[in-house]
Order: sequence, then C-alpha cells, then structure tokens
Amino acid sequence: MNRRQAYEAAERRRSLIVAVLSTAVVAAGLILLVPLAPGWPAVRASFFDGGIFVDTFPTLLRAFAIDVMIFAWSVPLICATGLAIALARGARSPALFPLRIAGAVYVDVFRGVPVVLTIYLIGFGVPGLGLPRPWNSPYIWGTVALVLTYSAYIAEVLRSGIESVHESQRNAAICLGLSERDTMRYVILPQAIRRVVPANMNMLVALQKDVALLSFIGPVEILRQAGIYKSLLANFTPYVVAAVIFLAVTVPATRYADHLLNRDRNARR
Amino acid sequence: MWKYLSSQAIAAVLIAGSAAAQCAADKTLTEGKLTIATGNPAYYPWVIDDAPESGQGFEAAVAYALAERMGFDAGDVIWTRTSFDQAIQPGAKDFDLNLQQFSITEERDKVVDFSTPYYTAPMAVLVRGGGDVSADLDSLRQLRWGVMATTTALPVVMQTIAPATGPLVYDDNVNVVEAMKAGQVDAALFDLPTALYLAAAVLEGGQVLGQFSADQTENPDRFGMLMTEGNPLKACVDEALAALAADGALAEIEATWLQEATGVPLIK
Amino acid sequence: MPGAKLVLRDVRKSFGAQEVLRGIDMQIAAGEMVCLIGASGSGKSTLLRCINQLEPIDDGTVLLDGEDISEPGRDLAAIRQRIGIVFQSYNLFPHMTALENVMLAPRRVLGQTDTAAAERLFQQFGLDAHMSKYPDQLSGGQQQRVAIVRALAMQPEIMLFDEITAALDPELVGEVLEVLRRLRSGGMTMVLATHEMGFARELSDRICFMDGGVIVEEGAPKQIFTAPQVPRTQAFLRSVLR
Ligand SMILES: Nc1ncnc2c1ncn2[C@@H]1O[C@H](COP(=O)(O)OP(=O)(O)OP(=O)(O)O)[C@@H](O)[C@H]1O
Ligand SMILES: [Mg+2]
Repeated sequence: MNRRQAYEAAERRRSLIVAVLSTAVVAAGLILLVPLAPGWPAVRASFFDGGIFVDTFPTLLRAFAIDVMIFAWSVPLICATGLAIALARGARSPALFPLRIAGAVYVDVFRGVPVVLTIYLIGFGVPGLGLPRPWNSPYIWGTVALVLTYSAYIAEVLRSGIESVHESQRNAAICLGLSERDTMRYVILPQAIRRVVPANMNMLVALQKDVALLSFIGPVEILRQAGIYKSLLANFTPYVVAAVIFLAVTVPATRYADHLLNRDRNARR
Repeated sequence: MWKYLSSQAIAAVLIAGSAAAQCAADKTLTEGKLTIATGNPAYYPWVIDDAPESGQGFEAAVAYALAERMGFDAGDVIWTRTSFDQAIQPGAKDFDLNLQQFSITEERDKVVDFSTPYYTAPMAVLVRGGGDVSADLDSLRQLRWGVMATTTALPVVMQTIAPATGPLVYDDNVNVVEAMKAGQVDAALFDLPTALYLAAAVLEGGQVLGQFSADQTENPDRFGMLMTEGNPLKACVDEALAALAADGALAEIEATWLQEATGVPLIK
Repeated sequence: MPGAKLVLRDVRKSFGAQEVLRGIDMQIAAGEMVCLIGASGSGKSTLLRCINQLEPIDDGTVLLDGEDISEPGRDLAAIRQRIGIVFQSYNLFPHMTALENVMLAPRRVLGQTDTAAAERLFQQFGLDAHMSKYPDQLSGGQQQRVAIVRALAMQPEIMLFDEITAALDPELVGEVLEVLRRLRSGGMTMVLATHEMGFARELSDRICFMDGGVIVEEGAPKQIFTAPQVPRTQAFLRSVLR
C-alpha cells in the first residue's frame, strides 16, 4: 500500500464510522421517540396491526399478480407504440407531414391528460359505445389507456435519443449506400435506444405503480383489494402490506435503473 | 282547553329539550351548536339536491329531528362534509356526528363510535333492462357483478350470491353505473334506497330486480351515526334516537323519504 | 480529357446567402489521385460532399463515367455505393465491432453475407487483430483505417478523403498515409482534401489549390510547390511550408 492508498483507506474507514453512527442515532431516535408520541398507540393499531398484516398478505400478494400481468403485457405494447410514434414524429419526407402532425398531437394530448382520466375515458367510454363481451373488458381498455399515455412519454424520450445521435453517424451510413430505413434501423436506433434505456427504466417503474389505477374501472388488483380490506376492517394495515409488496419490486427496479444510468454516464466519460 | 293543551305540550317539549340540552352541554365541538357531517356530495334520497340545510331527504330529516330532541334549534345545526376515509382515520374530528350511510360493523366500532341504528337497509339488486333475469340466486350467480368497495355489499355478493366470475369493484356508485352502461357488469348490489335512486334517476333502463330480506343477508346493513371513539355525546344521541323510534317519528321520516322501498320482490 | 472518370462543370453551392462553391470545373481520370489544398473555409469539404451528392448542388453538373449524377430526383443510394468517402472524424458506428462496421453495408445493400472479402481487407491493412473490437477499443489511426476498409468494402470506383489525418496524433498519421499509398499503387481513383503538404507533393498526380470557393490554380505537384503562378497560391504555400 502506497502513501496515497493508505490515506484513502483511512478516510474511508472514518466516513464509514461516521455514517454508521449517524444512522444509528437517527434510527434510535425514531424507534424511541415515535412511540412516545401521544397518538402512537392509535396509529400503530390503525397502520401496523400484525395480525391483519399476516391475514391479508396472501390475498394481497395474489391480487398483486394481476398488476404484474397487466404490466407484463403493457410493456411490449408501450414500447412498440412509442417507437412507432417517435418514428412518425421524426419523418422527414414531406409526404409524411400529416403523420408528423398526428404524432405531435398524440404526444401532446396523452402527456397532457392525467392517466386516471384517460383510464376512465377509454375504460368506460369505448366499451360504452356498445362492444360485445369479451371485447368490452376493463382489462383490455384499461391497458389501452396505459399504452396511450405511456407510449406518448416513451416516444418523447426515444425521439430525444434519436436526435442525440450525431448527424455524422447518419451521413456515414447513407454515404455507404444504406437506405434511410436501414440507416434508422441499424445505425441510429440501436444507439438511440441504448442511450434512453435508463430514462425508460424509470418510466417503467412509474408504470408499475400506475397499473394500480386500473382498479378505478373494476379490476380487483392489489390496491383495490387493500381498499376492500381497509373498509371491511376499518384499518389501514392492508395498505401498508400493499406498500411493502410494491417496494419489494420497485426498489430493486429503481436501483437497477440507477445502476444503468451510472454505467452509461461512466461509459461516456 | 286547546290553548291549555298546547301550552302544556310546549312546556313539556321545553323541559325535555332543556334536559337533553343539559345532556349535550359541554360535549359538542362548539358549545350550543351541533356539527353534523355528511358526504361530499351527499346523494338522493339521503339528502335532496346535496343541500342538507333544507332538511329534505332521509338523513337530513333525521338529523334535524334528532337535533330538536337533543335541544338544539334548527339554526344551531352546522353542516360539514367529510369523505369516508377522513371519518374513520384516527385522530381528532371536526364534526360531532357523521351521517353518510355508515354501516355499523364490529371492526369499525373499534376505531370509532356508532349510535344505535337509525335505519336498517335491505340489500337490493340493480340491473339494466333485466327482463330476462329472474330474481333467484341461481340466475344471479351467472351474472357479472359490480360492487362498491366501501360498503358491506361486497361480502354479501361473495358469500350469499357467490358469483361464477369474480366481481369488479369500484370506488363509488357512479363508476358502478358507468360499468353497467359499458356492459362490463350485469348486476350490482346496493342498499335498497340507493338502488331505487340509481334505477330511477341515473341508470337509463335501470331496474331494481329484487331485495334480500334481512335474515337472508348475513348481517343486514344498519346505518349508524359515526362519532369519535369514546365520545360522551353518544349517550345523548342514543337517548334521543330511542325517543324518535318510540313515538314513531323515525318511521314517519322513513315513510316520507324512503317509501319507494315497497314493491321490490324478495330474492329467495 | 476524353473518357474522364469524374467531371465537374461549373458546380455551385450556397449555404443561405454564403456562396461556398463558385463555379468549380474539374476532370479526374481513372486511377488519378488529386489533392485539394487551401485555407480553412475555402470549400474543400463542401466540394467533396457535393461530389457524392451528400449535399445537393445548386447549379452545374457532376458526371460519373459520363452520367449526370447531380440531376435532381436520382437514386442517390446507388450513386453513393460507387463513390466511397472517409471523414476526418472516422464516424465508425460505436455499437458495432470493426467487422460489423465493415459488413453492414455489403450485407444490407449488396446482400453479401460472406465475410471473407472483408477479412481480406482487414489483413491487407494490418487490422486482422482488431476485427472483433469495438471502435472505443481502437486507437485513432486504427479507427481511421477501419473507416477506410469500411468504404472499400463496397468496392467503390472513386474514393474521397476529407482530411483523414487531421484528427490524428502525428505518430499515427504514417500508418494511415501508408494505406493511401497502397490504394494508389492499386490504381484507385482518389480525391483528397489535405493539409499534409509533404504527402500531397509525394503522391498526387495533380494539386488543386482552392480559395474562396474556386480553384485558383492547378497543376503537377512539382510545379505548384516549386513555381506557383498565382500570388494567392504563393502566399498560402509560404504560410504553410514555413
Ligand atoms: N452545412 C453548412 N451550412 C452552412 N454553412 C456551411 C455548411 N457547411 C460548410 N459551410 C460553410 O462553407 C464554408 C466552406 O466550408 P468547408 O467545410 O467546405 O471548408 P474547408 O475548406 O473544408 O475548411 P477546413 O479546411 O477547415 O475543413 C465555410 O465558411 C463553412 O462555414
Ligand atoms: Mg473541411
């Protein structure tokens, strides 16, 4: 170990000790002080009832499977639609001008409208036109609403990714005789997508939470099931269970997205 | 004679009133005032036109009758609004009483206090243009059900009806009705007055197919007035409610505002 | 010069109000190597980009084997296959290995999946150890040679080079110039924009000195470098050769 390394190791040890100590102080403060608050017994009974936690956990976990399912089939649809919109918005040929306008309007509308409203409108509105079962299912139209909203976001992210690929890459490709299409497909898009993966990961974490909004139009997924328990038991613990289940999924996902972001940043340096 | 009687009656009311007022003294949020909460918005037939101050509608009428028995003038009744969640949250409340069709349940009773019931609502089935469905459990079982999440209707659907496909669950009446319009659900369970209102005023082609008798429903929905846990006012409220029930005033209000309850067949 | 490979007649190009090429006339024979020299901003890059139609020209004609390729509405992809170009900044595709960079166009445009020809080119230019590396794992000189191989893989009839050594450290310039020497001995028709006066003098058949969007003077290297006729050429050479 040279002098510099020794110094850095000592520094690291010191900051580790400080971090552990301060964390311990804060944690001890929370654990010791919060129960001293006059309302704590009532809050604990309402939010942290161990018996209710254990009783409702299995059903809530099963309800969470519905969220996962909706998420799983939404993601590929969102990516495909988002890509199509991004390409439409970037169309260069004047004949495709209407497509460009349509893409811009699409993005403005669906990014501007709250997801819940889109879910209500599409989820009740379209089936209300008189579709027969099973085509009026809230699962179908709720998914459509999510796809509309999220593909608008993804399209914007993708478009910025496409624009961030330097013009010289496009020039190099067409100078080799590649068509516009192949240039986009083999040269521009792979680079653009790689650049926006971290941003889109965060989008997917947000989507994972917004899937629960489908409960507004009927499906009994985890948040709804928790609401049912809350109303039945007059206790908020089921929501805490739901939060724990959500966190178990979103925290690793968010960490992974951050990891990708950092890797990307380091790679560019 | 008439004069004598009426002055006697006035005296009796005054005495009773002052006794109750003594009961409620120091127990309300604002001394001399009774603060009553209702939903936001409040619905027909519980409150007409979302205006509880008018005393029109079942709960509004009950509220004023109760206030009078407790010795408050109509002018001393203050209305406020809360959501369901606000009402059952732990902590201080900004109302003395909350009337918005709160079903009395054991679990809720642990967190808040309920008065004795002021209404026992039978459950009723709302369908849209239900000419081809008969009011028996077997055919109800084949339907796709929609239920509101915050009522006791859900356990009734799950246990008494036990439909072949899982019910869809919604936040409020409006959404259930919207799902019926969209053809996503065939039938929904509400307490009878709500079902009648929705059939008449909200859902085009809506029809109340039938109602469950109280003994067929595992625990019939009983509405109680919600108060903070351990509220000393509860004794006064229960006393006044008992008096209203004893002299038939409550039944009269029910007949006036919920009389449509007749004529809907029982489901067997 | 009958049967010239490439002919430019009165080629004009403006960017907005700025006239960058103000009537360029040139004839380049098959197998000839022409160097464009001139001050920064004199229009060398623009001229090269106008030759392969990366920039549409405003006026004049560009003939390739007597065929007007500057006519509006032509299939440019087919023309660009026949004219290779290499840029100062290499412009390799960073998400592909060297071999994938080279194979992309042959595969997509010519439908050629066999990598043998490409691998031969890698060998020829001393790059066989680097075929499966990504651009950011290569030195500048290696990247530039891969870029040349990439252009050559389309078997172009003419190669255009735009200051391909300008971004390189001096010790890497040699390996890239060596590639050009080989191409020349192989009989490739080439047009080079360059600041490497020594190289221009050594290898080119002809030097064109550009200034203000026109070719001010042209001739054999020896003549241009030893006895320039036009005062502006003299001034330019004095400044760069000092
Ligand atoms: N796309 C463009 N839009 C506007 N102006 C341009 C464009 N490309 C080139 N120019 C202008 O045209 C002129 C000639 O540029 P060009 O790149 O051809 O010069 P050059 O001789 O290659 O110079 P250098 O030796 O610095 O590479 C410059 O003034 C430049 O600013
Ligand atoms: Mg240049």
